[in-house]
Amino acid sequence: MTALLSVRGLTAAYGDRRVLNGLDFDIAEGGAAALLGANGAGKTTTLRALCGMTQRAGAIVLDGQDIAGRPTEEIVRLRVAHVPEGRGTLTAFTVEENLALGAITRPAREAAADTERVYAYFPVLKERRQQQAGTLSGGEQQMLAIGRALMLRPRLMLLDEPSFGLAPMLVTELFEMLDRVRREEGVSLLIVEQNAALALAITDHAYLLQTGAIVQSGRSEEMLADDGVRRSYLGH
Amino acid sequence: MELFTQQVLAGIATGGIYALMALAIVMIYQAIHHLNFAQGEMGMFSAFVAWQLLLWGAPYWLAFVATIALSFVAGVLIERIVFKPLRRAPVFSHLVVFVALFAIFNSLAGFIWDFTIKPFPSPFGTTPLFGAGLIGAHQAGMLVVIAVVLVALFLFLRTTRLGLALRAAAANPESARLVGVRVGWMMALGWGLASAIGAVAGMMIAPIVFLEPNMMLSVLLYGFAGAVLGGLASPGGAVFGGFLVGVLENLAATYVPVVGSELKLPIALLLIVVVLVLRPYGLFGRKPVERV
Repeated sequence: MTALLSVRGLTAAYGDRRVLNGLDFDIAEGGAAALLGANGAGKTTTLRALCGMTQRAGAIVLDGQDIAGRPTEEIVRLRVAHVPEGRGTLTAFTVEENLALGAITRPAREAAADTERVYAYFPVLKERRQQQAGTLSGGEQQMLAIGRALMLRPRLMLLDEPSFGLAPMLVTELFEMLDRVRREEGVSLLIVEQNAALALAITDHAYLLQTGAIVQSGRSEEMLADDGVRRSYLGH
Repeated sequence: MELFTQQVLAGIATGGIYALMALAIVMIYQAIHHLNFAQGEMGMFSAFVAWQLLLWGAPYWLAFVATIALSFVAGVLIERIVFKPLRRAPVFSHLVVFVALFAIFNSLAGFIWDFTIKPFPSPFGTTPLFGAGLIGAHQAGMLVVIAVVLVALFLFLRTTRLGLALRAAAANPESARLVGVRVGWMMALGWGLASAIGAVAGMMIAPIVFLEPNMMLSVLLYGFAGAVLGGLASPGGAVFGGFLVGVLENLAATYVPVVGSELKLPIALLLIVVVLVLRPYGLFGRKPVERV
């Protein structure tokens, strides 16, 4: 299995405050990894650092190219889709416009076909196509955020707390959808998630982050069985 | 009644110019969240460029289109050279640069073309339209030009992918970057469009106020009034505000005896103050909601 994303010695800082202390991790081509950890461990910062939204240093190699020095929009153009916490869709724009924006870097002809593909995954978005994104329910907004990311035809999707603020039933549905997307589209996933059990269920590898450092890593099913992980992050 | 109609129509005509200025100001405000004090001088300089092209024998509409194109490129260059490095600079740095641009364009125009007042031709002639004296041919033609600009801009922003990217970059730069929009270039595009719109305003108002380096000063203030009246976050509101300022200014000058033409400008400024006191975000503006 070759690595699509290979990260070595990644550090990140907000001003003078260093948040990440040299992370090493890999995501396999078509693989899925979970990034677990308590609040403030640096999970969101890791995702932001990967796509150039914080000051950062270290090597971030995507499919053989070092992207550590590139600005966000150029990293996105290498088909890395980031679904930020709080979803990051444009609230004053319609569902359709948000999806069109997701494919703004791709040929217009393909974008039209891909909109239908996203509507097939999330039929409710088609019903709401003319509605402003800000008027959607939390679950619908998350679907829109993921749909917008899919419009890029990403090879790597970075998801920050996709379950945040959603009803438990919706969360299960959403994770099944992500698993399907990964298998059907061959998209690699990196998921930051509070709900460790769910994240471990659809990933094959997991990294445990503590105050800016990876303290444990392994195959997801092993992590799920690990006593320390269970006590700290699964609550049983 | 005829006087009233006449004054409203004249107000709509000059209001159209203010609407263009207001629109140009909003385009740049949306991009960099600062008011471009040099917008009027940029339009004035564009009008001089058109005048020079006409002097060299270019047919009117060729000079018109060439001036718009040149102004667009100049707007993009100003953003790239001057404002890109200032992106994270404090508000005072922007303020100083705007004032500097104002002085540079003003003096440069005086230096190249001198400060004497020059007539500027109208492509529509100066005869009253329909013989009724309600509205002049230039005013009527000007309104058509303004309408074409507004419709073209609306279609660009609403129906094209580039327009969508531009709107997204203005509404939420971080979110736009995450779909691959090159936000920096969108800002440059916003400057280019604002500069081109200002050029149209300059060329259309020049036959009325005559060509000279200070011709846009009051137009700029009315443009600001219109932009603030409509709300700086709303291009449509700014256009409406511009028209409204034009009409109010004319009616006040006609019907309030003490106002006359001397106090026309303070009326516009009074309007800014009153609107800001009552509705701090303008008639169509909304209070920005910040997620925490």
